[in-house]
Amino acid sequence: MADAVATPDITTYLAQQERKELLRFLTAGNVDDGKSTLIGRLLYDTQLIYEDQLAAVRRDSERKGTTGGEIDLSLLMDGLKAEREQGITIDVAYRYFSTSRRKFIIADCPGHEQYTRNMATGASNCDLAIILIDARHGVQQQTRRHSFIVSLLGIKHVVVAINKMDLVGWSEEVFERIKSEYIDFATRLEMGDLRVVPLSALKGDNIVEPSTHMPWYQGETLLHLLETVHIASDRNLIDLRFPVQYVNRPNLDFRGFCGTVASGVIREGDEIAVVPSNQRSRVKSLVTYEGTVPEAFPPMAVTVVLEDEIDVSRGSLLVHPNNVPVVDRHFEAMLVWMAEEPMAPNKPYLVKQATSLVSGTVTRLHYRVDVNTLRREDATALAMNEVGRCTVTLSRPIAVDPYRRNRTMGAFIVVDRLSNRTVGAGMILDRRLSEDRAPSAWDGDTREAARAAAPTAVGLAERTMRFGQQPITVLFTGFEGAGKSTLAYALERRLFDAGRAVAVIDGKQMRQTISRDLGFTTAARSENVRRATGVARLLNDSGLIALCALMAPEAAVRSKAREAVGADRFLLVHVATPLDVCQARDTQGVYRRAALGELGDFPGVSAPYDAPTDADLVIDTSTEALAQSVDRLVSLLESRGAFS
Amino acid sequence: MSTYSLSHLRQLEAESIHIIREVAAEFENPVMLYSIGKDSSVMVRLAIKAFHPGRLPFPLLHVDTTWKFREMVSFRDAFAKEHGIKLIVHTNRSPEAQALHPITAGSKKWTDVMKTQALLQALEAHGFDAAYGGARRDEEKSRAKERVYSFRDRFHQWDPKNQRPELWNLYNGRIDKGESIRVFPLSNWTELDVWQYVHLENIPVVPLYFAKVRPVVERNGMLIMVDDDRLPLQPDEVVQQKLVRFRTLGCYPFTGAMESTAVTVPDIVEEMLVATTSERQGRAIDHDESGSMEQKKKEGYF
Ligand SMILES: Nc1nc2c(ncn2[C@@H]2O[C@H](COP(=O)(O)OP(=O)(O)O)[C@@H](O)[C@H]2O)c(=O)[nH]1
Repeated sequence: MADAVATPDITTYLAQQERKELLRFLTAGNVDDGKSTLIGRLLYDTQLIYEDQLAAVRRDSERKGTTGGEIDLSLLMDGLKAEREQGITIDVAYRYFSTSRRKFIIADCPGHEQYTRNMATGASNCDLAIILIDARHGVQQQTRRHSFIVSLLGIKHVVVAINKMDLVGWSEEVFERIKSEYIDFATRLEMGDLRVVPLSALKGDNIVEPSTHMPWYQGETLLHLLETVHIASDRNLIDLRFPVQYVNRPNLDFRGFCGTVASGVIREGDEIAVVPSNQRSRVKSLVTYEGTVPEAFPPMAVTVVLEDEIDVSRGSLLVHPNNVPVVDRHFEAMLVWMAEEPMAPNKPYLVKQATSLVSGTVTRLHYRVDVNTLRREDATALAMNEVGRCTVTLSRPIAVDPYRRNRTMGAFIVVDRLSNRTVGAGMILDRRLSEDRAPSAWDGDTREAARAAAPTAVGLAERTMRFGQQPITVLFTGFEGAGKSTLAYALERRLFDAGRAVAVIDGKQMRQTISRDLGFTTAARSENVRRATGVARLLNDSGLIALCALMAPEAAVRSKAREAVGADRFLLVHVATPLDVCQARDTQGVYRRAALGELGDFPGVSAPYDAPTDADLVIDTSTEALAQSVDRLVSLLESRGAFS
Repeated sequence: MSTYSLSHLRQLEAESIHIIREVAAEFENPVMLYSIGKDSSVMVRLAIKAFHPGRLPFPLLHVDTTWKFREMVSFRDAFAKEHGIKLIVHTNRSPEAQALHPITAGSKKWTDVMKTQALLQALEAHGFDAAYGGARRDEEKSRAKERVYSFRDRFHQWDPKNQRPELWNLYNGRIDKGESIRVFPLSNWTELDVWQYVHLENIPVVPLYFAKVRPVVERNGMLIMVDDDRLPLQPDEVVQQKLVRFRTLGCYPFTGAMESTAVTVPDIVEEMLVATTSERQGRAIDHDESGSMEQKKKEGYF
């Protein structure tokens, strides 16, 4: 609003205002990170705090007496009386301000541990999130939680505001350290556009004006970033989805379908299909109060008139016939639980998605995510503020798109049938991504089945002749840092130099390639071993010796691996280096991260490791020299007739 | 059009239309509260847009305290007639209400009986299950957390702890018999947005919003217009002719005027841009106690 004075011509001003864009963002941070101060500062610096409001706050500040007579800008932000009495913010509050370029809607989300649901609520409509970090404390557990929810809700732009830079001597080093720590962590989340800004909300540095205290920071100020971040392309203009909201039939001559364009562009004359009835028609006109328009795009609210009298009602979806969504009774979703009463699998609920309201149940809870550590854990129910991956089954099919691709078509709320409360919110997942498949993927995954599926023209006997060896798989199991990979690669070198055909399958490589879609639950670890042994079997069938370096902590999973490869050509090597030695080595910093809970249930730290009783060889790398271990491995292979 | 982007006002407009349609689709018997002010005027325009070329599928309800400005009442009647809108006007005719006088009762009591109770009477009498209101979240800080769908129990009570989370544009309109919701389609609009929209859309508003020479008295630091001869004057009060306008409209004995020369909407916007006080300052009701709006809300006032 500051620009008003500079624009003497009010008509020009109004014309310009009427072209302004809208940006919705949320602010998240721990209590006392300075969220309220930051918002107060934004409103103050854009002159949206009136004198009477300021006077009221001044009175409140004095009464409260926490700021020693100084005005406490954060008081402007408080709403409900009950909360004010407790001195905390416990619900999402919405604030408004604008500059000459944009109008801003702030969803002010409380920082308290137990309020995941409020953050999800605030985030659901936002284009951007500001995550506050106190420069003195750096990345905290709550920072991780906030970031996770932001990524879960599909917010495409994230600004990490490192606040209270004045209290760390405006130090570039501190800033860079926190920045890289954050980026390190954020790579594990799906986050599009990430910016990091050093601030002092209290003093106003880098809020509106560039800081004079931090000349080393060359980036944009927070406000400038908010004004210019490009959000237009965040919308999906490709897949036409028009959920019919209301049928407008004022008289016999007019029948229009009212709704808001969720995605894509609808044009007069377009051929359309109605989902789920699959009837076809054409768009006769797009009606608005101002007259008909040639096309409509998100988020326009229009009325569609079709050429033909076909059956369309609330809950129907208009799409282009060559681009239709999935219509199904089942889908997988990430679910945020919001009610005191826990989510119970198989309990009947109501599900509202777009303009459909359908009864349904959660038929399966695949796992729960600990929002603080991102750890996936097995669970039988979701309590308030918990997040889990579920399969939802409805009483009738509806049209859905993955949330990542289409916010409107991929979002739903869960309503309790008795209390009518909104108890959950979900984001539909892309069904093509297989994540954490059940251990049952092992079923039928045998050497015989593999052979039957691929009758090869080149026989195994021919290969054995050519390579002068019998193919075999060696599984090195043991703690992280035990020396599995080192042994596998050393053995590979020895065998290769001796003219053998050999390959290593390393767990770390698996994680980065074939198994990059997997997490770290028990089921996911099992699936990773299954995939690795599948590759080993393929190599064996091609005549090669396969050396697998995998943690494979579970005895049951190892015996499945033995079966899948074929017991006659499987060797188990237990790399039995003691845990304290492994932890002291911590070559990859993995134990440090595991201790922070970042890696899920971690064998040796927070999950068991079943030491094998059926190992063909035991190696302790803390007491035995590498060359000697390799000698013993070669002897083992020879004794099993791999080569002579 | 080729950039497929909407201005902030068009986005707000689309969002409000979506909300208005959603309620009409999901509720059996909605009503739109019409206070005759600028926000109501904008809300009704949005509703007309939502159902064009059809008529509004619900009536308007005005709670008349009988102490509204005369210009408001004539504007209301002309407006309803022009648009062929069904308008219900309700006044609390209970003996208690009949005995009440705004000045002697004070704004708190007056609002409770003539607005809150009257509104509840009307909602009950017609069995409305949803009532649209023109309140905005930027009006007052206790409103910052208000939902778009504000849930009320069988006694029309609002419980801050019992409001439903609202995500995306998925509103939960499930209620049991006797329960109802208040709906605020203008939640995300600011005072400035409203005036800009009035300007853009050329929406007629009550002339009281524009400056004119009017008879006023100074009372408790406010300029009160002597709208008719029912206003008892204190011995030391003199009626002065001043160039004034109103920023908000209500019962005239409680509504402060401001000195102004703004005679057009752009003038008003220009004045707002340099204003140093917020909109609600002109309302006696908020001065009573801190957090008073919240109290009113719990009791059923909007
Ligand atoms: N020195 C300094 N103090 C700050 C800064 N931002 C906020 N604070 C102080 O940190 C405390 C908590 O701030 P507040 O905004 O209430 O935090 P919230 O809980 O995140 O809303 C207050 O005492 C603020 O004055 C800053 O940039 N520098």
